[in-house]
Amino acid sequence: MSLTTWLTDDAPASRLQASLGRAYDIFTRLLRNPLAALGMAILLVLILCAGFAPWIAPYSPVGQDLANRLLPPSAVNWMGTDELGRDIFSRVVYGARLTLVIVGLVAVISAPLGLILGAVSGYFGGWVDRIVMGVTDIFLSMPKLILALAFVAALGPGIENAIIAIAITAWPPYARLARAETLTFRNAEFVQAARLAGGSHARIIGLHILPLCSSSTIIRVTLDMAGIILTAAGLGFLGLGAQPPLPEWGAMISRGRTFILDQWWVATMPGFAIILVSLGFCFLGDGLRDVLDPKSGDKS
Amino acid sequence: MSAIHLKDLNIFYGDTKVVHDVTLDVAEGESFALVGESGSGKSTILKAIMGLAPDWTGTIDVDGKPRSHGPDRAFSAHCQMVFQDPYGSLHPRKTIDATLAEPLLIHGKPNRDKRVLELLAEVGLDERFRFRFPHQLSGGQRQRVAIARALALEPKFLLLDEPTSALDVSIQAEILNLLKRLRKERGLTYLMVTHNLPVVAFMCDRLAVMRHGRIEEIASAEALRHGTLATEYARELYRLSVHEDVNDNLGQEQA
Repeated sequence: MSLTTWLTDDAPASRLQASLGRAYDIFTRLLRNPLAALGMAILLVLILCAGFAPWIAPYSPVGQDLANRLLPPSAVNWMGTDELGRDIFSRVVYGARLTLVIVGLVAVISAPLGLILGAVSGYFGGWVDRIVMGVTDIFLSMPKLILALAFVAALGPGIENAIIAIAITAWPPYARLARAETLTFRNAEFVQAARLAGGSHARIIGLHILPLCSSSTIIRVTLDMAGIILTAAGLGFLGLGAQPPLPEWGAMISRGRTFILDQWWVATMPGFAIILVSLGFCFLGDGLRDVLDPKSGDKS
Repeated sequence: MSAIHLKDLNIFYGDTKVVHDVTLDVAEGESFALVGESGSGKSTILKAIMGLAPDWTGTIDVDGKPRSHGPDRAFSAHCQMVFQDPYGSLHPRKTIDATLAEPLLIHGKPNRDKRVLELLAEVGLDERFRFRFPHQLSGGQRQRVAIARALALEPKFLLLDEPTSALDVSIQAEILNLLKRLRKERGLTYLMVTHNLPVVAFMCDRLAVMRHGRIEEIASAEALRHGTLATEYARELYRLSVHEDVNDNLGQEQA
């Protein structure tokens, strides 16, 4: 029996086969969507760049060579060099690591936080709902970047604090989303059945409600990744994110601003990287929505 | 001693009183039906017994013990409920295996794998359904899963909320036969809500006719079969259901 028939078997013989089969189904449907496939390819490149940066980058990202500063793109320096003679291509490749760390940590912190708060709020309703949603509204009413700026200013500049600040400002939309989803099935019969079986509230929220909210949150997080990258780059640009000499893309644009008229490549190359990765996340998010959203196409 | 004892039961949804002074007794091993039109409060009584409609006054005793106003773990092992809609009562992202193992896990029962297989066999589902998701099953198969889940903790009482009304006519008979067989094998007590009088005649020993949240009449299934119901309203329901049957048969012949 080949692997494909094993995965698509309509009578799986084990838990593992059933869940792998479901994952395979989602994956094949993603691949059939050209934009999603493109998004996955871009992200794969990002991950490979981050993972194999020392082997891909021809030079050190921080090695200065003042004799060769501000060189235009050439066969030696594919993206040119910056004002300290550092190879921009190497810096962009190493910057993939920072970007990946930032979006990864922000997603890991803010998505579960928003999910849990939203699910708890929607499930219990009443005054719990009013308090949690009140706090959420306060956070939502402030512009993300300004709020992140305020947090970084309070915590001090640096990449860890930038991550924390972005995570703190990113969770409210997820809480809203999870609450709205929870409201639609808090009185569903399968939730009542779990209560009748003696399941605790924590168990019902954790094992019955959260799995149902998770697909829409995954879509939303993926679509928000672009915004997170831009916020991180914005903080970097303002000098409140990653500090020199870290090759963070936003900080690189900021340094290149001075030379933007005569040495356009210094600011443009990291800018391209930001656009490309943001696009990749948007494409993947759109594709995921087509595949995971029960309201579009066949329900799984 | 009666297995399920309700006395002067009033149930409220907010400020609205939906069930008025209901008193009834279900004997152990009996199959008792609550019939009536939609909105007559039948399902609400089941929900109050299970703890899903917590706002009630009066007495609810199950197995001689008074019920609390919410669901509780100890009670859940004695008394379980089967819902009306087999499409809504199974978690859409959990395999049949996970759904059946859930009550066993909550109550810390050993040998879960073996029990799940036993349960599937008991409700007449093949083993290959075990790791499927609900959307891969038909309505009748899902209702079998829902019944198996209710049986997982080996309860003595089963509350059935219109267990066949969402199903196709040909499937209804299978599910009813399954329920009848399970009751015989396990000595279960049924309290069943339905608006289908032929189902009552087939499944139940006694019935209570409800209207506007009150009990109009408690009669034996024998009386129902012979059409000798006491109150005018119950006779009216009976006439309507006989009429409905004729219409159904006509519809089938035309199709």
